[in-house]
Amino acid sequence: MSTNTEAWGSRVGLVLAMAGNAVGFGNFLRFPVQAVQNGGGAFIIPYLVSFLILGLPLLMIEWSTGRFGGQFGHHSTPFIMGSMDRRRIWKYVGVFGIFSNIAIASYYCYIESWTISYIYHSLLGTFNGLSQHEVAGFFSNYLDVTTSTTGIPYEALLFFLICLALNTWILSRGLSGGVEKVAKIGVPMLIVFGIFLAYRGITLKAGTQGAVHDGTVGLNFLWTPDYSSLANPKVWLAAAGQIFFTLSVGMGSIQCYASYLKKRDDIALNAMSAGWMNEFVEIVLGSAVIIPISIGYLGIDRVVELTGIGGLGLGFRTMPFLFEQWGPILSALAGVSFFGLLFFAGITSSLAMGTPGMGFLMDEFNWPRPRAAMAFGAVILILGLPTIFFFNQGVFDEYDYWAGTVSLVVFALLETILFSWVFGLKKGWREITEGADVKIPLAYRFIIKFITPVVLILVFTGSLIRPANDDWSLISRGKWEFHNESIIGQLRHQGIGPNKTWFAESFYAEAPGTVDSVFILRGKSVVSVTGVNGKGQSLTKEYRFSPEKHTLAVSLGEKLEAGQVLYSGNVINNVFFIDMARLLLISLFFFIAALVYIAWRKRTKEGRDIS
Amino acid sequence: MNASALILMISVQVTVTALTAWFFYRVLVSKPRPEPDSYTDNDGETEER
Repeated sequence: MSTNTEAWGSRVGLVLAMAGNAVGFGNFLRFPVQAVQNGGGAFIIPYLVSFLILGLPLLMIEWSTGRFGGQFGHHSTPFIMGSMDRRRIWKYVGVFGIFSNIAIASYYCYIESWTISYIYHSLLGTFNGLSQHEVAGFFSNYLDVTTSTTGIPYEALLFFLICLALNTWILSRGLSGGVEKVAKIGVPMLIVFGIFLAYRGITLKAGTQGAVHDGTVGLNFLWTPDYSSLANPKVWLAAAGQIFFTLSVGMGSIQCYASYLKKRDDIALNAMSAGWMNEFVEIVLGSAVIIPISIGYLGIDRVVELTGIGGLGLGFRTMPFLFEQWGPILSALAGVSFFGLLFFAGITSSLAMGTPGMGFLMDEFNWPRPRAAMAFGAVILILGLPTIFFFNQGVFDEYDYWAGTVSLVVFALLETILFSWVFGLKKGWREITEGADVKIPLAYRFIIKFITPVVLILVFTGSLIRPANDDWSLISRGKWEFHNESIIGQLRHQGIGPNKTWFAESFYAEAPGTVDSVFILRGKSVVSVTGVNGKGQSLTKEYRFSPEKHTLAVSLGEKLEAGQVLYSGNVINNVFFIDMARLLLISLFFFIAALVYIAWRKRTKEGRDIS
Repeated sequence: MNASALILMISVQVTVTALTAWFFYRVLVSKPRPEPDSYTDNDGETEER
C-alpha cells in the first residue's frame, strides 16, 4: 500500500497553486523580451492563438490525465501514463515528467536564490550610488562563486543552500500544509508587487527622477503592432515556445497536482481559472514592468540591445540601477517588490517541480513524505552544484536547453498522441467534461485531436531544423544551414567557436576584435577584446585565465582574428563542461527509468494492479 | 502612445483581465460537491450538516 495520502485543503488553494506553478520568472523576464524581439504588439496575436490551440488543450489534457491516473493511486507521470495504455513504453515516456522537473529545479532554485540575495542587497542599500556598469559588474561577480559581496565566503552557494532548504522544508509539510499555504500567500503577494511596479512603470515621467522618456514610450514600443512579422515562422515558433514556458505544460507537474483530485470534482473550470490567471500576470503585469521602466531610463535602442542578452540579464544587471534613481527608500521598496515578486513566482514553481518525484517515491517505495522531500533536496543539490560552479562554462544553459526546452516539447507531443489517439478522444473528452463547472466548446474536441498534435509536430520540427538567421526561405534555395540554437546545431556544437576540443594547449580567440585592455581581477588575468557583431553593434568579450598556468600570446592594441591563439598552456575548454552536463542529464534520465523499471517489477511481484 | 498600440493594448488587457476575473469568480461561487470530495478544509462542515 502507498503511504501517499495527500490531499488539497481547498479548491481556491488548488487553483492558486496551479497558477503559482505556471507563473514563473518567464512571465516578467522572458515574455516582454520575446515580444520586443518578435514584432512588438503583433507578437500578441500568435501568442494568443498559441494559447488557444496549444496552451488550453494541453492544460485540459494534463489536468484530466492527472485526475484519471489519481483514481488508481498514481501521482507521477510514469504510472499515470501507464494507466492510460497497458503498453510498457508509456511508463518510460512518463519518465520525462519526473526528469524535467528535477533537472529544471536544479537551475531554477539557483535563480530563485539570486532573488533572495537581491532582496537582501536591496534592503541593505548595496546598489545605492553604484553606476550602471558597477551594478552589472555586481551580478557578474555574484556568478563567480568564489567572490563575495557580503564578506561571507561562497555567498552564491550559501543563498542557494538557504533556498533549497526552504523548498525542501515546505515540501516536507505536504500539499495542503506546505505548497498550498505558500501559494495562498505567494500568488496574491506577487500580484500586489506587480501592480505597484506596473503603476510606477506606466506613470514614469520624463525629466523626473532621472527618466529620459515617459513610461508610455516603452508601452508604445511594446504594443505597436508590426503585422509584417506575422508572416515570419520565427515569430510563431517564439510565441508557441513562450506558451510552453509560461504555462509549465509538458513537465508533469500539472498531472501530479491534478492526481490528488477525485473523479467527480471539476477540472475544466479549475484549469481555465489557473491558465487565465497566468495570462493576466504575464500580459497585463509582465508587459508593464521591465520594458516601460528600462526604456524610460535607457531609451529604446539601448533596451533592444540589452534584450539580446536575455531577460535574466535585463532583470538582474539593469533593474537595480534603475530603481536607484527613485531615491533610497523607494528604491529599496522597488527592489524588494521586484525581486520579491520574482521570488514568489519562482518558489511556487519550484515547489511544483518537487512534487512528481516525491509522489513517485511515496507511491512506489512507500517513503514517508519528509524522506521523499529530503531525497528531492539531495538530488537538486548534487545536480545544482555544477550549474553554480561552472555557470560561466555553460552548464546552466545546457540544463535550460535540454531539460527546460527540448524535453517539454517532446513530452507534450507524446502525451498528446497518447491522450488523443491511443487512450482515445471519446474517453478523453469524457474525462475533461466529467464534473465540469464550465462548458468547454465542442470545437476543442477537434482541436485536441488534430490541431494540437500538428502544431506540436511543427514546433518540434521547427526547433530541430531551425535555419541560420531564422531565414526559412533557405528551403526554396536548397542551401540549408542550421541555426546554432537548433537541436541539430546544438548537437553539433555549432556555436562553440574555434575551441572545439575538451583539452588543448592553446586557447583561441572566439571572435575578431582589438585587444583593448589586459588586467588582473581577483587573481585571474582578463583580456578584453572589442569587435563588431553581425548586426553592426559593438561587442566586448572578456577572456579569463590563470596567470600562473597560462601565457598571454597577444599584446594590448593588437588586432585579432577569430581562431588566433590568445593564450597558451593547458586549457580545459567549455565544450568539456557542456558535454559533462549532457552526460549528467542523460544519466539522470536513465536513473529515473531504472527506478520506474524496479517499481514496475515490485508491483508485479506484489500482485498490485499495474493499470 | 499611438492609436493602434493603445487600441491593441487596451482590448487585449481588458479581455484577459475580464476572463481571469470571471473564471476565478466562478471558482469562488461554485457549489462544493457532496463529500467525499477532494478538499479537506470543508470536511468538518459537511459532517455537521
